[in-house]
Amino acid sequence: MLLLLALSAISGLAVITAFIFKEGVPIIAKVGLGTFILSSDWYPGEGEFGIFPMIVGSLAVTAGAMVIGLVFGVGCAILLTLFSPPKVVAVMKPSVELLAGIPSVVYGFMGVVILVPFIRDYLGGPGLSVLAASIVLGVMVLPTVTSISVDALQAVPRSYREGSLALGATEWQTTHRVILKAARSGIVAAVILGMGRAVGETMAVIMVAGNSLDVPHGILDPVRTLTSNIALEMGYAAGDHRKALFATGVVLFVIIMILNTMALAVSRRRAGKVQAR
Amino acid sequence: MRIAPRNTQRMAVGGMWVLAGLMMAALVFILGFVLVQGLPHVTWGFLTESPRSMGREGGIAPMIVATLWITGLAVFLAAPVGVATAIYLTEYTRESRLTHVIRFGADCLAGIPSIIFGLFGFVFFAITLGMGMSVLSGALTLALMVLPTIIRTSEEAIRAVPQSYRDVSYGLGSTRWQMVTRVVLRSALPGIGTGIVLSIGRSISETAAVMLTAGSALGFPHTVFDSGRTLALHFYVLAREGISMSNAYATASVLILAILGINLAAYWLMQRFVAKGVA
Amino acid sequence: MKWLIAAAALALVVVVMSFGFGGRKGHALNVVGSTSIQPFAEMLAQAYQESHPGQYVDVQGGGSTAGIQAAENGLAEIGMCSRALKKEEAGVFTPNIIAYDGLAIVVHPSNPVEGLTLQQIQGIFAGQVANWQEVGGPDRPIRLITREEGSGTREAFTKLVMQKLRISRKALTQESNGAVKELVKHDACAIGYMSLGLVMGELRSLKVDGVPATHEDVSAKRYPLVRPFLFVTKGKPTEAAQGFIDYVFSEPGQALLAKEGLVRVR
Repeated sequence: MLLLLALSAISGLAVITAFIFKEGVPIIAKVGLGTFILSSDWYPGEGEFGIFPMIVGSLAVTAGAMVIGLVFGVGCAILLTLFSPPKVVAVMKPSVELLAGIPSVVYGFMGVVILVPFIRDYLGGPGLSVLAASIVLGVMVLPTVTSISVDALQAVPRSYREGSLALGATEWQTTHRVILKAARSGIVAAVILGMGRAVGETMAVIMVAGNSLDVPHGILDPVRTLTSNIALEMGYAAGDHRKALFATGVVLFVIIMILNTMALAVSRRRAGKVQAR
Repeated sequence: MRIAPRNTQRMAVGGMWVLAGLMMAALVFILGFVLVQGLPHVTWGFLTESPRSMGREGGIAPMIVATLWITGLAVFLAAPVGVATAIYLTEYTRESRLTHVIRFGADCLAGIPSIIFGLFGFVFFAITLGMGMSVLSGALTLALMVLPTIIRTSEEAIRAVPQSYRDVSYGLGSTRWQMVTRVVLRSALPGIGTGIVLSIGRSISETAAVMLTAGSALGFPHTVFDSGRTLALHFYVLAREGISMSNAYATASVLILAILGINLAAYWLMQRFVAKGVA
Repeated sequence: MKWLIAAAALALVVVVMSFGFGGRKGHALNVVGSTSIQPFAEMLAQAYQESHPGQYVDVQGGGSTAGIQAAENGLAEIGMCSRALKKEEAGVFTPNIIAYDGLAIVVHPSNPVEGLTLQQIQGIFAGQVANWQEVGGPDRPIRLITREEGSGTREAFTKLVMQKLRISRKALTQESNGAVKELVKHDACAIGYMSLGLVMGELRSLKVDGVPATHEDVSAKRYPLVRPFLFVTKGKPTEAAQGFIDYVFSEPGQALLAKEGLVRVR
């Protein structure tokens, strides 16, 4: 019985993977991998499928989100584990988890109502921009980065901290010279996982990024990501166009595979380090 | 100019407090903004009436039903299958190339953007299998989406159970099935529960994957083959199209409170289990 | 304890499932497609269901081409389409023109520009004109708002205005009339196109070639940018679909559309 359920689950997941690749790979072959990835001409009505602007878009927005995720997330993680009295932790920890519970469409809408006009009026450009999307995604990714970083920091043996303090270092010196270095692979894993989430977000990005087909030249430029492209067009795409959307899915799949492989390598190194001690 | 270590510490810690403060401020602001504008409109009528005039007036009752149904069905399908798969992979097979591949595959699928599941569900369930835009298409799509997460978190939870538990159980003469259900599962339950609660949260907030699989009909779904609009999608439509800001905020408030409620309930349930179950 | 939880969960599911409460006999008619037609179709559906108890109609958006696709693969009985059928579509689908709608070129209410020529609009959307100054407005950059490719509104715009030129890549893409309206409403530099019937006075609709974008000018065929609203079925409509279509062509249906700012056909 157990075997049956397990097999159906595994085969179900395998079917999805196979389906996506089966639909997407032929069109990549037909258009040419180079053209597909490097061409900036996305005119599905005329059979032109170049997703370069969207790749740049996804990368730009994710990078921006990770800057915010890293700074705020790791900062909060350090505070939570090393510098906060228990009372503060009791308030901050649930708050971070609360942030994770807010639906992405709400974040997107907040972005539209507050962030976009602010950027448009005070920083320039249409407001719908890489910056807006990065900020919104950064906030969404925060809880993930924070909680995994907290785990990584807490996994550092107490002896490291005590030893450092005994040698006369201040708390902060201990933190950034000893503990952070020891927890580095865990934090890197947190960042990688955060990136995966940022790449995958769709609705919030559609609302604040502008969805233009040009390669963005600055953070105030509008941008379209790979996921937004699929969401905007999947309702009516047919034939080659629909296959091209699946092909975009293949590209996203590959990106996630690369990220996961990196995370795996990082965690293996971490396990190796602990054992070598 | 050398700064004394004590002062670098003050600056660094001060800086981090500023960051934390900003984060808390953002949270309070977002929640406050939505709840303050939305809660006054969440009346009993709002929760039990149907929308009128595309959502400009009326309530969100059909959306609540649709959301419960789609999410409930999705988790109902994915949880047993996912946990069973996790048990099978950890307790009934040996570590091999195949299990590594399956684990990697599950991790990747857990990270795939939800829109891809939506695209797959739309093409496969709604069109190819002819289920149309329906609760069923939506639920199946969401089930597939959360399945990898449930498998992985359950697997991690089961593997975290100390080997000694298993040895003792065998030593006392139990069968493998008894050992798995009465000992391993019981102590892995909090971890498994967390994974399931996470999946519920993800499903309820999901918009991209249900847009074209469950559709966006305004009426009650009466059978599993009818289309239905989830709360998250309803909020998106109301807010995006500028149909009714007050109703949009009210819908969002209901959604946020529901997610909060589920998380709290799960937390409370876990407390009860941890206090009772583990040896 | 475990069994208690399992039983409770099962019970909950069964209760929710049994929300298949007797009430709706028969499948709802699925009407899918143009976001321009959607609000009007919703109103028609509401009125239809009120006057014909026992009939159920579900209206969903997605865009005109999505509507045609839905009709094609059986997802919907009626596809809503806000542009004329293409050559390859004409053979397979039966169009029913339910009304005519003007295509408004909209700008922010504070924009002093009152009208443009077709040529100017074309130049602007092709990206050749970048500042409002060049067309008699203030010194501000022009921000283009367009619809997604499958939109009937966009198709109509391309056919009526752009002709051979492509819309600039820099244009911000929104996925529905409502989203376009919201964006233009808040951005003083923006220009976009949307269904005239949905503007409802919240934005300024520009005069095109000197002709104001009003209901009368559209009916009198003076306003150049007009497109048909179609209810499309694959081959012959089903009985339920025919019932709804008949209602839309009847006096109450057409009167409703006229009241909301469209040009009636009957």
